[in-house]
Amino acid sequence: MKTKESDITSLLEEVMDPEIPTISIVDLGIVTGIKLSEELVEVTLTPTFSGCPALKIMEEMVAEKLNNAGYKNKVRTSFETQWTTNMISEKGLVALKKHGLAPPPRHDGYVELDVLSDTPCPLCDSRNTTMQTPFGPTLCRSMHYCKNCLNGFEAFKPVS
Amino acid sequence: MELTERHVEGLKHLLYNMADDLLILGHRNSEWTGMGPILEEDIAFSSMAQDKIGQSLALYNILHEMGEQEPDVVAFTRNSTNFHCAKLVELPIGEYDFSLVRHFLYDYADAVKFDMLSKSIFEPLAQVCRKFRGELKYHTMHANIWIKDLTNGNEESKKRMQDSLNLAYPIAYSLFETNEYEAELKEAGIFAGESEQKKIWKKEVDAVILESGLTIPMVKNEEDHHGGRVGNHTEHLQPLLDEMTEVFQIDPTADW
Repeated sequence: MKTKESDITSLLEEVMDPEIPTISIVDLGIVTGIKLSEELVEVTLTPTFSGCPALKIMEEMVAEKLNNAGYKNKVRTSFETQWTTNMISEKGLVALKKHGLAPPPRHDGYVELDVLSDTPCPLCDSRNTTMQTPFGPTLCRSMHYCKNCLNGFEAFKPVS
Repeated sequence: MELTERHVEGLKHLLYNMADDLLILGHRNSEWTGMGPILEEDIAFSSMAQDKIGQSLALYNILHEMGEQEPDVVAFTRNSTNFHCAKLVELPIGEYDFSLVRHFLYDYADAVKFDMLSKSIFEPLAQVCRKFRGELKYHTMHANIWIKDLTNGNEESKKRMQDSLNLAYPIAYSLFETNEYEAELKEAGIFAGESEQKKIWKKEVDAVILESGLTIPMVKNEEDHHGGRVGNHTEHLQPLLDEMTEVFQIDPTADW
């Protein structure tokens, strides 16, 4: 039977972000190309952040997944499509929250940084929060404090 | 549009300037890892270091596709005279106020440059600059917060910010050193040029300086600190390179 693009997508939905294991790389929006030919499956990924160390690992995870399913493959990274947080699926946003991260708000191509100052708390949903620093344990996260439930939390930064 | 040989030469010059600035300032920022005045700032400078080194790698990759050596070879085997970074980025981290002011002046310059280049007809560079632009917003945001907070802290913090600004501001003009390709790259729609970049940068940083309550320093001669783009550096660059390349020099095949 001929392989369809959706077969490959289903497989890649099982490859999870190594730093946020509740979200797949498909829901994260970094799979920007799947090309099928007689012999080869070509997958293109795009970096969330230029300096993200997880990218190389994700490339290897994709290759391993396809190898195990018996697909000869080539995985590459390209900036042709520039990743933004709008490319995270609805399912992905839920997965981020499940991991305890406040999901990034949708934006219209321009990120207004004020939105960070009252990021909804992923634990109690209060907006009575404050941003402590725009940098966190990984490049994609900022750190916040909830004045309602008195917990510190991390948010996935909106990126345009 | 077909790129001429001169365009390619000018592009390589531009790419080396940008990538070397990012690599060297990325290394300087990383010197705050474990040393930051508070935990959040330790993380901030470490994160910015990671962003900058990641961005330099993307640019070295473009150079590699244009026929230059592999990124690791380019980063780890050149002497200071073959580096194109501006003098601003190679200066030691100094005290925290100096690092902060340098980060403010530098990141505003990069924000302007990435914005200009995101419209470049040279698509590989335009693509990465569109990406860098989003990442850099968090750097300029961080700079804004601290420049304003520390200038409005107490007398000592305000004096420190002004002293560091007086020192760093004239040296920041090293970023805008012009070159023989500027007019041709502008004409071709590749890059609108350092002079244009400087104009926008000055307007933007001066607005933040005044808004914070600091005084804009006088610059007698904008070219005083030029030279980095053609390999003339301060005495601080070579020791940085010696440290950065230490492992590579011992074992070029080391993997980590």
